[in-house]
Amino acid sequence: MSKKNEVSFFDGKGLRNDGRRLDELRPIELEVGVLDNASGSALIRQGGNRILVGVFGPREIHPKHLALPNRATLRCRYHMAPFSVEDRKHPAPSRRETEISKVIREALEPVVFTEYYPRTTIDVYIEVLEANGGTRCSGITAASLALADAGVPMRDLVVACASGKVGGKIVLDLNDFEDKYGEADMPVAILPHLDRVLLLQMDGNLTPKEFHEALDLAIEGSKRIYEMQKKALRDSYPIPDEPQEEEVVEVEK
Amino acid sequence: MTIMVEKRQLVTPGTLLAEGNYVLGENTFLEDGKIYAARIGLFNSAGRVVSVVGLRGVYVPQVGDEVIGKVVDVGLYSWLMDIAAPYPGVIHASDVFDGSYNPQKDVLSEVFNVGDYVLAEVASFDRTKDPTLTTRGRGFGKISHGHIIEIVPVKLPRLIGKKGSMVNMLKQETGCQILIGQNGRVLVSGRNREDEALAIRAIRKIEAEAHTRGLTDRIRILLEEEKKKGDVDE
Repeated sequence: MSKKNEVSFFDGKGLRNDGRRLDELRPIELEVGVLDNASGSALIRQGGNRILVGVFGPREIHPKHLALPNRATLRCRYHMAPFSVEDRKHPAPSRRETEISKVIREALEPVVFTEYYPRTTIDVYIEVLEANGGTRCSGITAASLALADAGVPMRDLVVACASGKVGGKIVLDLNDFEDKYGEADMPVAILPHLDRVLLLQMDGNLTPKEFHEALDLAIEGSKRIYEMQKKALRDSYPIPDEPQEEEVVEVEK
Repeated sequence: MTIMVEKRQLVTPGTLLAEGNYVLGENTFLEDGKIYAARIGLFNSAGRVVSVVGLRGVYVPQVGDEVIGKVVDVGLYSWLMDIAAPYPGVIHASDVFDGSYNPQKDVLSEVFNVGDYVLAEVASFDRTKDPTLTTRGRGFGKISHGHIIEIVPVKLPRLIGKKGSMVNMLKQETGCQILIGQNGRVLVSGRNREDEALAIRAIRKIEAEAHTRGLTDRIRILLEEEKKKGDVDE
């Protein structure tokens, strides 16, 4: 395809179109507990992505026939806001969103101790406010934070990160441009402690050697995000430090 | 045989807590001989038991718990209660009418109507059936006055304090009656609105700072300060 060859992914210094090195993540900001009405919530900004996740439950399930006798049902909705992309996205769930909801649910289900809450549901709503590539990974990262914030018992936090091939090179955390015009995009979700892969998809072509290189890179990138996740969770419980306590004592005098 | 984290350290799900011959406490799980945290909370160990004191989570009913429920539906033979849990509670008419209930004569909505708050005890609950509640015995039944607030149920032990030290201090300093339902609903009833508002403010502060040390002292200072302010105003 001649059009692909016209696209350039790297500048003169070998940096990517947004100034990143090959193995560099987009800047990530994580915030936990942003919604008052949800049991747990999280907001992620990853480059041009902005995704809000709300978790409700464990709670009573409706319709009742979906209740499982031995464990909680995990329901997941990935949804893109109409204003999240350049051309207005029709708000009705598309084929793509239904699929992503399914793969995210399957990535989260193995970590949640659903057997602790039989006949109930845990609902995860992933709302993409702004999309710029790799939203399913950002969504998973934020969803596991929101689950932890809701106090749902879980084995570990799930982290996801994409890697892929653009302009003949293996790169980490593809943005929208690299995803669209690059050769391959591979989202990966893992359990960092237990070393398990929960999601592995690939769009495009990689040789077996490239595949292993990309997989290792995605896992390494995920582990970096995992540290940010833990920090975001800890930061949601601020510990009043000593000076504050001294202040209170002074007021008492 | 090693413990990886300090006591009272804030841990996140998946944090490695200990390795070796330890007993699993609450909010922990075993994987490949290692013990991990299952929930965000504060690490605790007592003897060989390692556990995590959760900071968030829903109320799961247990037989014998005193709960504050809200009537959501009145049926012919029972009331359906919202008990701030993943499962709805049920009070059977026979429980209130001592077995002599006659649906043609007795009107359930005259006893508890939709929207009423009721103090009850969990009579039965297991994984297969929704909890049933009973209002028989000491002080149970409809709640007629006061304020009801909801707090995260896992933080109740902090509101109660060691041997009730925190809640007793709150009662003393604010002059309010404070009734704690195990499901996280707290009834505050005092002589006036101001007393109740102060008690509620203190409870909210306890909830927000449940994971910190020296909380009882900070709450005492807050209450004393507010009292002084009140005296000046008068």
